[in-house]
Amino acid sequence: MIQFILRRLLQVIPVFLGTTLLVYFMVFALPGDPIRALFGDRPPSEAVIAQLRQQYNLDEPFWVQYGLFLKNLFTFNLGVDFTGQPIADTLARVFPVTAMLAIEALVIQGVFGIAFGLVAGLRKGGIFDSSVLVLSLVVIAVPTFVLGFALQLLIGVQLGWAKPTVGSNVTWGSLILPAVVLGMVSFAYVLRLTRASVIENMNADYVRTATAKGLARRQVVTTHVLRNSLIPVITYLGASLGALMGGAIVTEAIFNVPGVGQKLYQAILRSEGPTVVAIVSVLVLVFVLANLLVDLLYAWLDPRIRYEN
Amino acid sequence: MTTSDVTIHEAGTPADRPLLEIRDLAISFTTGSGEVQAVRNAHLTIMPGETVAIVGESGSGKSTTALAAIGLLPGNGRVAGGQILLDGEDISHASEKRMIELRGNIIGMVPQDPMSNLNPVWKIGDQVKETLKANGRPSGPDDVAKVLAQAGLPDAARRAKQYPHEFSGGMRQRALIAIGLSCQPRLLIADEPTSALDVTVQRQILDHLEKMTSELGTSVLLITHDLGLAAERADKVVVMYRGNVVEAGPSLELLQNPQHPYTQRLVASAPSLASRRIQVAKELGVATNDLLVPGDGGAAKPAMTEDVLQIQNLSKVFKLRAGFGKSTDFTAVDDVSFNVKRGTTTAIVGESGSGKSTVAQMVLNLLEPTSGKIIFDGVDTSVLKPKEIFAFRRRVQPIFQDPYGSLDPMYNIYRTIEEPLRVHKIGDKASREKKVRELLDQVSLPQSTMQRYPNELSGGQRQRVAIARALALDPEVIICDEAVSALDVLVQAQVLNLLAELQSRLGLTYLFITHDLAVVRQIADHVCVMEKGKLVETGSTDEVFEAPQRDYTKALLNAIPGARLMLPPEVA
Repeated sequence: MIQFILRRLLQVIPVFLGTTLLVYFMVFALPGDPIRALFGDRPPSEAVIAQLRQQYNLDEPFWVQYGLFLKNLFTFNLGVDFTGQPIADTLARVFPVTAMLAIEALVIQGVFGIAFGLVAGLRKGGIFDSSVLVLSLVVIAVPTFVLGFALQLLIGVQLGWAKPTVGSNVTWGSLILPAVVLGMVSFAYVLRLTRASVIENMNADYVRTATAKGLARRQVVTTHVLRNSLIPVITYLGASLGALMGGAIVTEAIFNVPGVGQKLYQAILRSEGPTVVAIVSVLVLVFVLANLLVDLLYAWLDPRIRYEN
Repeated sequence: MTTSDVTIHEAGTPADRPLLEIRDLAISFTTGSGEVQAVRNAHLTIMPGETVAIVGESGSGKSTTALAAIGLLPGNGRVAGGQILLDGEDISHASEKRMIELRGNIIGMVPQDPMSNLNPVWKIGDQVKETLKANGRPSGPDDVAKVLAQAGLPDAARRAKQYPHEFSGGMRQRALIAIGLSCQPRLLIADEPTSALDVTVQRQILDHLEKMTSELGTSVLLITHDLGLAAERADKVVVMYRGNVVEAGPSLELLQNPQHPYTQRLVASAPSLASRRIQVAKELGVATNDLLVPGDGGAAKPAMTEDVLQIQNLSKVFKLRAGFGKSTDFTAVDDVSFNVKRGTTTAIVGESGSGKSTVAQMVLNLLEPTSGKIIFDGVDTSVLKPKEIFAFRRRVQPIFQDPYGSLDPMYNIYRTIEEPLRVHKIGDKASREKKVRELLDQVSLPQSTMQRYPNELSGGQRQRVAIARALALDPEVIICDEAVSALDVLVQAQVLNLLAELQSRLGLTYLFITHDLAVVRQIADHVCVMEKGKLVETGSTDEVFEAPQRDYTKALLNAIPGARLMLPPEVA
């Protein structure tokens, strides 16, 4: 097991190098001059521009820029962005916000998705099952930004149950509405996956045997149906983390959440290579580690899966 | 409700009052096209301590009846009429709460398939423990180990900490028996408890089950498709056919003097009871001894003296992965030699893992031998060039076990049977169609079958299609790998008869791979017994059955259910 974890952690290195290189190249290849774009309609003197270019190594060829970035990274010096702020500070400011948002969304989609899916699966063909199926289909079909604006208008503005935007003062409570929007699509998938899995497992021979043992229905469902049904769901939840990160860009923009998504969006617009790559690097790390966690969880849920050798 | 209500009148049951009585039971299933009656007017009585077997083919309603008794009918099934009296209490419409009290405590169950009836994600011990706990019994680790040890599981305390996938089939079935009997129920429903196991394991398990239930005084409702097994293990046998109980009575009486036509057919074709090779001539109503006496046959019959297949020192070693590029050798077939005479049937018998199917695959040239030779008609098959292998395949054809898996579901029957002809570029379209029609006639299928698809046919019909396909190229040798194992007894008997008839008519040679010695008795002239990759005994069928030399062969023979029952010769 230890061996498996070590091997997986070693795999992070090539994945990390590959993604940063790719992202760095894409930012490099963006058309336009980021320095000129900074100043808008009133361009500064050529000397200032040249100095800035040199400061941010923008006059170096791609490989040198990338090499310098790596060197800085391994000396834990992420540099400063175009506004002069240290990138490390920016990361420390935006990541906790998005982490809160993602955790809330993950909990919402996991807890509610599994619970609704379980109930729907146990009452297959009933009213609850049918309505939940239709609703989840609607959620999957409607794009996140439409859903986001709709809920913002309805709950935030018209009903006034929550603040329509988050702003700079981020609390768990203020993130509920954005988290619901962010987790919505995955929630629908988790629900459907759990439902299908529960229906399949309810027909399994060992469930019948468990009933024949004299177990009450609640025990049969919790010990025999639920655990077995969670195996595919857990795998999906791990993979959905990627979707959460991507979805955060849209959701944070709608609800004005000062998180990673918003920062990343701004940095891309400004062609700020180092900032974009720094953010993406952390996202890659989070994603890889989350999937490692899913694999371990998977082995714990299903003893037939063992990672020795 | 207190626990004293749960145990029903423990001391109060008089010995002459039935523990379970099923009266006029009707069970129906709701399907897309309305209600389907699965069981009609079923009657059945089990006295305390008695073992009663329900015998019937798949779809006869035997399992459905038993499941109704423990309130476990599948979702869309319901008791449509009649009563299920458990110690006088009608439980046919009992509340779920009442059934939960009864299950485990009063009615235990041992299910059919040990592979799918244990939850793969929980330790064996946990699955025993929850049973004890749910029924209010002490459930500490020692209690769990004791229950498992009683079911004959060695080293039970350590085994309890293992998961089902670390158990063999036989051990899983022991764990399931432990679960079924853990709370000392008064009635045990055993639904084909050993049909998925090898015969020798089957015997051990049934012996153990019998010992445990007689010690505990448990009544047993045994569900089986095997009349021999039922007669050997049960005091009374109930025969079900298409949802009806057609006959019931004390086991031996019923076996010796079956009244209902279906029971008569069942007794006549039960493989474990038949004692002689199928006499094709008798079935056809022509001169006798056509099959067994050399030189007496028709024109198609070649001499039986020539060895069509010679297997010489055949071995197969598989490399098993042991991780990190290392591998261990596993000898699946170890220095096996035997000859097959033209026009005869040679059976290779053995338990799962004995290497018999590996031999068959090598003879079919589907698997390369590690060493040794397979000489077909004087030519070593291992040195054949691709074109020669193609020609070899025309002469040696397989029939596989699973008639569901070995037919392409997207091909209609015509295309299935015609395919080998097309591949080997034999004849034109018209002549091929004629040939397919002939083949269908030969296997006694109507020609209208041509346009149908495998999922529209029954298991027996599909196996006939597989036989027709094997015959399409007029082969000399047919390798039957468990070709009748998946079929119900009556269908099995029909297919075996068909194979015997085709052999006598076409002079075919069969190499018959099977785990079922009862089938061997009916079809084979020679027997090769394999154990752990080695050939341990060979001889003519009569020799091997009447005077087995090796302990292993004796154990296999003893394990045939019903083998020791005496039957009047006209029935057998």
